[in-house]
Amino acid sequence: MATSKLTEERPTGRPDEIKAVPVRHPGRWIAAAIVLVIAASIVRSIITGAGSKKVPNSGFQWHVVGQFLFDPRILHGVVATIYVTFLAMVIGILLGVVAAIMRLSPNPIVSGASWLYIWFFRGTPLLVQIIFWYNLQALFPTISLGIPFGPSFVHAHANAVITTLVAGLLALGLNEGAYMSEIVRAGIISVDEGQTHAAQSLGMSRLQIMRLIVLPQAMRVIIPPTGNETISMLKNTSLLSVISFGELLFGAQTIYDVNYKVIPLLIVASIWYLVMTSVLYVGQYFIERRYGRGFSRAERASMRARWLSLGGGSKQQ
Amino acid sequence: MSDLMVKSEGVHKSFGRLEVLKGIDIEVKRGEVMCMLGPSGSGKSTFLRCINHLEEINAGRLYVDDELVGYREANGKLYELREDEVARKRAEIGMVFQHFNLFPHMTALENVTLAPIRVKGVPRSDARNRGQQLLQRVGLGDKLGTYPVALSGGQQQRVAIARALAMEPKLMLFDEPTSALDPELVGDVLDAMRQLARDGMTMIVVTHEMGFAREVADEVVFMDEGVVVESGPPAEVLASPRHERTRAFLSKVL
Repeated sequence: MATSKLTEERPTGRPDEIKAVPVRHPGRWIAAAIVLVIAASIVRSIITGAGSKKVPNSGFQWHVVGQFLFDPRILHGVVATIYVTFLAMVIGILLGVVAAIMRLSPNPIVSGASWLYIWFFRGTPLLVQIIFWYNLQALFPTISLGIPFGPSFVHAHANAVITTLVAGLLALGLNEGAYMSEIVRAGIISVDEGQTHAAQSLGMSRLQIMRLIVLPQAMRVIIPPTGNETISMLKNTSLLSVISFGELLFGAQTIYDVNYKVIPLLIVASIWYLVMTSVLYVGQYFIERRYGRGFSRAERASMRARWLSLGGGSKQQ
Repeated sequence: MSDLMVKSEGVHKSFGRLEVLKGIDIEVKRGEVMCMLGPSGSGKSTFLRCINHLEEINAGRLYVDDELVGYREANGKLYELREDEVARKRAEIGMVFQHFNLFPHMTALENVTLAPIRVKGVPRSDARNRGQQLLQRVGLGDKLGTYPVALSGGQQQRVAIARALAMEPKLMLFDEPTSALDPELVGDVLDAMRQLARDGMTMIVVTHEMGFAREVADEVVFMDEGVVVESGPPAEVLASPRHERTRAFLSKVL
């Protein structure tokens, strides 16, 4: 009975802002102090160089880092790292899409072949695969294209065909394809079945449905892990140094093999790797935003949120 | 050419061991609106999905516009239709789903124009003009560039109706089109369907909206446990049902 009266009696002005004494958090101050002390000691050792004057080539030797940061051999390695990353990812994504669609095929031979491919390339170490492809000529001295047990059309010596670049791209691309196919498959499965039904009821073909309806929506699920894969790939190209392919780490190695400045040159390589991965993080943010169209704003991670979640989920080889 | 748009003779459908349709005999004339009622699990939606071959039937014969659905009959033998033939026939039948199933990565207008452009090969500008008209007709002329996520359920369902109409279907199937909507949004969707019925579209509507069935339907079918229990004009089936099952169902719904 009194509710309507109560609303009338309430004063019309806005009530006072709340001013309360905040709860104290002494633990936070202690933790911050500990972190700052550790950070200060790290910074000190980085600046002054932890080495000893009596031991040659010890410490960070920042002047050496500066001297080799833009060395032609390093820059050449940076360029090679970029294009190998790009090409291997292109191969990996194409193989991944094909393998994922094959895996979802109702034909047991087709889906079985895809399963076998994924099983093999995910189940063996990338480093072993790289060395394996590099030594392919030991297994097949000549390579020919043709019909099994039938005539062959193209003949070549494996040594001539399998350069370090080809071996590296084969290893990285085939390995990546296996991982990408699982990512693409998860993306395809994530798209609601009703989407396919609606598209079918409109008379669209299976290929059209995949290309126009399912894959564009799957992209939202596929893009973030693909960004992580690209960053992993960029770092994994350093494994190609074991087959003497001239990427960034190999460039640094050729220099320190001569002058023994191992630590400064590894720092040079690390600086370049960090620069390249940072660029990829920024690119990933914009691509994710592009494919977030038509989905709620809350799902679009802000740049800030992405930076805060850096470092999670990247694949170990 | 007969005056029948849909003819179902003894249609059976099983999912594994579970028999969902146990001999459905139904006829829908051109320009007629048929409403299918019944408790959930009675097979109404499954039957609807059989009509455009989203589900294959296991026995019986199902005709749309005097042509067998999903098969070709020659010399007393049934031949499965190729995928593109099935797709071509589906393009002539519009379907509206309970959960709308709009394409979330496309605007309202893109949703409506996609199939005419990609399936029928209609020139883009023609498809856009026609799409605008259709969206205006369902009261969404100001939402052309809006993505589904920014539309209410009722608006989404009306876009879905426009999307189906854009293919100029000869038959429209509605699978519980208002069941997922807030009560206050149901009216707009039903209005759009009413207008469609008035324009002479042949429609099969699975629904729980008794008012709509009474007002718009030419024929009402009551289904339960995979069989047609009772059918006839709405005045008969809804007002004075003959079967106990129908009476029990209606007393709960009304």
